[in-house]
Amino acid sequence: MKRRLLAGAVSAALVLTVSACGGTTKNDSSSSGGGGAQSTAQADANAATKEGVKMAFLPKQLNNPYSDIEVGGGKTALDELKGDYKLVGPNDASASSQVSYINTLIQQQQDVIGIAANDPNAVCPSLNQARSSGIKVVAFDSDAAKDCRDVFINQATTEGIGEQLAKMASELAGGSGEIAILSATPNATNQNAWIEVFKQQLTKPEYANLKLVKVAYGNDDDQKSFQEAQGLLQSYPNLKAIVAPTTVGIAAAARYISSSSYKGKVAVTGLGTPNQMREYIKDGTVTKFALWNPADIGYLAAYAGVALASGQITGVEGQKFKAGKLGEYTIGKDGEIVLGPPTVFDASNIDQYNF
Amino acid sequence: MSDKRPAWLSRLASWDAAVIVITVLVLLIASGVVENFGSSRNFTFLLLDLLPIALIALPMTFVIVTGEIDLSVASTLGLTSAVMGDLWNRGLPIETIIPLCLVLGAVLGALNGFFVTVLKLPSLAVTIGTLALYRGLAFVVLGDGAVADFPRAYTSWVTGTIGDGPIPNMLIPLVVLAVVFGLVLHATPIGRSVFAAGASEQAARFAGIRVARLKFWLYVVSGLVAGLAGVLWTLRYSSARADNGLGMELAVVAAVLLGGVSIFGGKGTLPGVLAGVVLLATLQNALRLQDVSNEALNIVTGVLLIISVLLPNVVIRFRAALRRRATT
Repeated sequence: MKRRLLAGAVSAALVLTVSACGGTTKNDSSSSGGGGAQSTAQADANAATKEGVKMAFLPKQLNNPYSDIEVGGGKTALDELKGDYKLVGPNDASASSQVSYINTLIQQQQDVIGIAANDPNAVCPSLNQARSSGIKVVAFDSDAAKDCRDVFINQATTEGIGEQLAKMASELAGGSGEIAILSATPNATNQNAWIEVFKQQLTKPEYANLKLVKVAYGNDDDQKSFQEAQGLLQSYPNLKAIVAPTTVGIAAAARYISSSSYKGKVAVTGLGTPNQMREYIKDGTVTKFALWNPADIGYLAAYAGVALASGQITGVEGQKFKAGKLGEYTIGKDGEIVLGPPTVFDASNIDQYNF
Repeated sequence: MSDKRPAWLSRLASWDAAVIVITVLVLLIASGVVENFGSSRNFTFLLLDLLPIALIALPMTFVIVTGEIDLSVASTLGLTSAVMGDLWNRGLPIETIIPLCLVLGAVLGALNGFFVTVLKLPSLAVTIGTLALYRGLAFVVLGDGAVADFPRAYTSWVTGTIGDGPIPNMLIPLVVLAVVFGLVLHATPIGRSVFAAGASEQAARFAGIRVARLKFWLYVVSGLVAGLAGVLWTLRYSSARADNGLGMELAVVAAVLLGGVSIFGGKGTLPGVLAGVVLLATLQNALRLQDVSNEALNIVTGVLLIISVLLPNVVIRFRAALRRRATT
């Protein structure tokens, strides 16, 4: 045992000696980027669309209802393009679990990898190995670091969501009157960004008669959101509309209104999923709400992947490609492709969606 | 030990040998049958994927042979990773952070050792407790954020290969440690004490072995190696996160048991354990290349484990039955 202690002391001393000399700190700016393999190939917008493109989808995790719909859209698109669809992925959404799947896909010599990254940096080295062996990388839903993918399919921009919320609120309030917001938590990044855009929108002349009286927070908790919705109507009896930019908040607010005397008098709108809002659309509590369609994200990712594999685009800003039923898209800054304005759901179309 | 054969050879029980043979066979078959399995790049991937598990399995073998268990290793890895990211954010030099992380791992191991050997609590309960505790602390330190801007020189060494061949640089520390641990377990008094303590704690104590002290230090080493794995993991994925290595403790224990170590202690070999690690990693890699689903992979792993526990017992009973028949 004494010998073991001695060995421990010796190694500790060694370690301290090593650490005493020199030092690499965060501020040395020798940070490890991806060292992206920038493609130098020229894009030819008129190149023929390749058939038989092998594209593998790697979502954050398998068997998650949301990502199942996303990759389902990818499968639809690859069927249209006569490509070869594959789905792989981990059972847990941890950062490093995706890496060994990327390695497997490199070995299988896929043409395109579509990935929703669990961690933008952990997948970087592997994705760049994939790219240097000729595989195109399309990030969707959740971006990988910029220099390890060719393009990123962004479901919606902050502006797009904020504008859509303001537009719906104005329509439902009849262009004037008091409106309130029921958000998630006070420090929720996404919600706060959307609310900021929403407030900027209200300064426009066409929304001059709308008055935002309060931003309430239901903390994305069903019960708290329900109570906050109740509180809003007690404090502001003339309220015309509640706008909830969170799927928990919109459902709780709709549930409260549907069972109260305010039904049909106070509108509820915001971001929600068709399945949770269907009954409130049917019973007239809610007229319309919005969300991006997850199936379209995968669909667009597949079209972008095949366009990359065909050489029609390389991921440079300003390049254009066609995405089937979604129409033509132009690549934006940093290889970002925005899906477009969120889908608006109402009584006329809600039954076409199941998510 | 008045055996003619060296001690390690007699300890190489039938199952350990079998696992080694099976592993070699699986490697050969996969190279022949599975497309792209035998490529040098895939070999690199395979080694990089099994490294953290192999590292942690070394001290785990000692701990399980003494009849204890350490389920907190993956959480120790996660907490080390989180602390590494936090210290890096605070502007400490990486050359200071790494030794600090190793010390942290040793301290976390010492805490387990204290509970098990001083307070005499059952190690299963203790390390399930610290599994939750250390993982919780990791999230306190780093939340659900990630730190990624580690120095290029370090991250590229950890992901790199020797002379751009197929052998990862990280294999060097693993091989060195594996040799050291193997020699200690199979060719030193410490190793004999470990087996003695696992076979019968009382008998070991009567023979003058300080079992509690031995176990305490084994937990320290287990924590230290888990800390090292945490540092290497963080650099390999250039991502310090609180959820790094989530659930890995079961992969390690599975590999150790598959490698022929008895969960009741007193039996096992390090070569067998390493074969167990390689076998599980190879199966996973090869079956994934064949597009076998995760669910099927889990089934294969589970069946293998059951067989590895079952088969030696069946053999023992069969032999006993034969002997009975011979004597009647």
